[in-house]
Amino acid sequence: MKKVASMTLLLAAAVLLAGCPKKPSVPESANSRSQVPASASTLGSGAASTTGSPYGDSSSMSAADAAAHAHNVIYFDFDKSEIKPEFAEVVTAAAKNLASHTALKVKLEGHTDERGTREYNIGLGERRAQAVRRALLLQGAAEGQITTVSFGSERPAVEGDNEAAWSQNRRVELNYQSAAGQP
Amino acid sequence: MNKVLQILLLCFLTVLFVPRADAEFVVEITRGQAEAIPLAVVPFSTPEVAQASFDVAQLVDDDLARSGRFKTMGRKDMIDQPHNGAALVIDDWRRLGNDYVLVGQMTPDNADRYTINFELYNVLNRQRLIGYQISTNRAGLRLAAHQVADMVFEKIIGVRGAFSTHIAYVSVLGHVPNRIYRLIVADADGENPHVIMESKEPLMSPAWSPDGQSLAYVSFEQRVPSIYVQVLKTGERRRVSAHAGVNQAPAWSPDGKKLALTLSTRDGNLDIYVLDLATDALSRITDDPAIDTEPQWSKDGQTLYFTSDRAGGPQIYRISAAPGGRPTRLTFDGAYNARARLSPDESQLAFVTQEAGAYRIATMDLRARSGMQVLTKGHFDVSPSYAPNGAVLIYASRDRDRGVLAMVSADGRVQQRLVSSEGEVQEPAWGPF
Repeated sequence: MKKVASMTLLLAAAVLLAGCPKKPSVPESANSRSQVPASASTLGSGAASTTGSPYGDSSSMSAADAAAHAHNVIYFDFDKSEIKPEFAEVVTAAAKNLASHTALKVKLEGHTDERGTREYNIGLGERRAQAVRRALLLQGAAEGQITTVSFGSERPAVEGDNEAAWSQNRRVELNYQSAAGQP
Repeated sequence: MNKVLQILLLCFLTVLFVPRADAEFVVEITRGQAEAIPLAVVPFSTPEVAQASFDVAQLVDDDLARSGRFKTMGRKDMIDQPHNGAALVIDDWRRLGNDYVLVGQMTPDNADRYTINFELYNVLNRQRLIGYQISTNRAGLRLAAHQVADMVFEKIIGVRGAFSTHIAYVSVLGHVPNRIYRLIVADADGENPHVIMESKEPLMSPAWSPDGQSLAYVSFEQRVPSIYVQVLKTGERRRVSAHAGVNQAPAWSPDGKKLALTLSTRDGNLDIYVLDLATDALSRITDDPAIDTEPQWSKDGQTLYFTSDRAGGPQIYRISAAPGGRPTRLTFDGAYNARARLSPDESQLAFVTQEAGAYRIATMDLRARSGMQVLTKGHFDVSPSYAPNGAVLIYASRDRDRGVLAMVSADGRVQQRLVSSEGEVQEPAWGPF
């Protein structure tokens, strides 16, 4: 009779699930947003003088963001968490910045490429964030200024199933937070 | 008179919390089994009735065919469509090459109530193997069909069917940086998907409670990882782990009272802990500078299996679930073996292995401690999860750059893909019976 009981249980669960009202489907904001860059560039080149269209604004914003971003990301080799010599300057500059602005806080976000298992990748991402944290501490930043978080392979910078994408995704992002403090 | 059992299917007309997801699945069998058992599933109702309500026999047929264990007869090849044993001319079905034949009848009792009678015959010895009746409302017809398939599967194969169970998985819609992550629960065949949780930040590692009532999962909704436990029926959820740093990889103890999970120290060292859900007491199980993660319990709750890179690359280890144990390494073939799942009978360990630059699902016989068997051929096959009957594993695979779900029989001989109509699908977890 245990079987009958468990079937009834399953049934209850399934009926619960099956009987649900349809949710209004989520607006495909992600999809429409992803088409923005193409439209933006078309509009940008077509219109001689922009009159502050949302497209123009968002494309110049993202360009500015990207420029700022370039100095706040450290990239890693596959399965490695050593900071490569070409990123020593980024680390030194960040450490100086933190040492001279003691109210400044930085969140180090560790990421991996998509290869491997997701939870193990969380470990690798954390290891990368910690490598940057140690380097910053050695060069004068204070413990209380730094937090780390690992997203593993969950938040790629670039989508794609190839080394070009993967090399962009194996990274630590340095995200500065105001002294007022964000969560 | 043979024993006829009756299951009353309950109808819940309460306002329900879970919305439907948009993604549904198309099943493709990518590799079959030569010795599939020939079986005929005769339609249970006239085409008009099936059209107006639900073609129960077709779903039974689909379930059994997809299992890879049966070769089902096409309806156009049937010379007759009997609805019960009395009308069945067994010799005809034997001549058509069947070993078994399932007949049945779906009768509408009223606008929303149906009775399904069905009988399974062994064509070779003319024995009636099953005579059964299910009563259900319209919303329960799909489940009733899965239950018919479960009974047929168990009677012929000798293993409990898992067609009426559920799966959970994560689906990702949109593209960076504007992705939407959804935690979804669906029927085992991918139908009836329902969104359990939705977030703009990653959702990871859904894990079923042993009673099938709750899911534990990791959510980055606060831009840092926390572990939540959510009751499916009510939607009520509780944040059970939100320590500084890593809160990952929840796994329920077999008694449902504890979670094994991965936490980090301040300097980022990941170790396995056990959290008592009633008292919030935490005990540390591993203590090593390596990455220790992806814990799984043995059935008796005494042992944890986990991934560690303490010897260089990730490998699978076993340790006592009480503090102070010493780990034993289990995998030695290859440079990358991770995220173990224990088969329900505990004879096998399934995990992800690296082979020729690809990630694939492999199993290892725990009793013989023999070498491993690689079950899949994809280039990015991860996140294996056993069906509760141990016959099949569901896993995440890649199809032309897109994350899809796939299934493989535990012996590797039957493979199929569940193709979602949209989004990227990952981290399937098969629920209990």
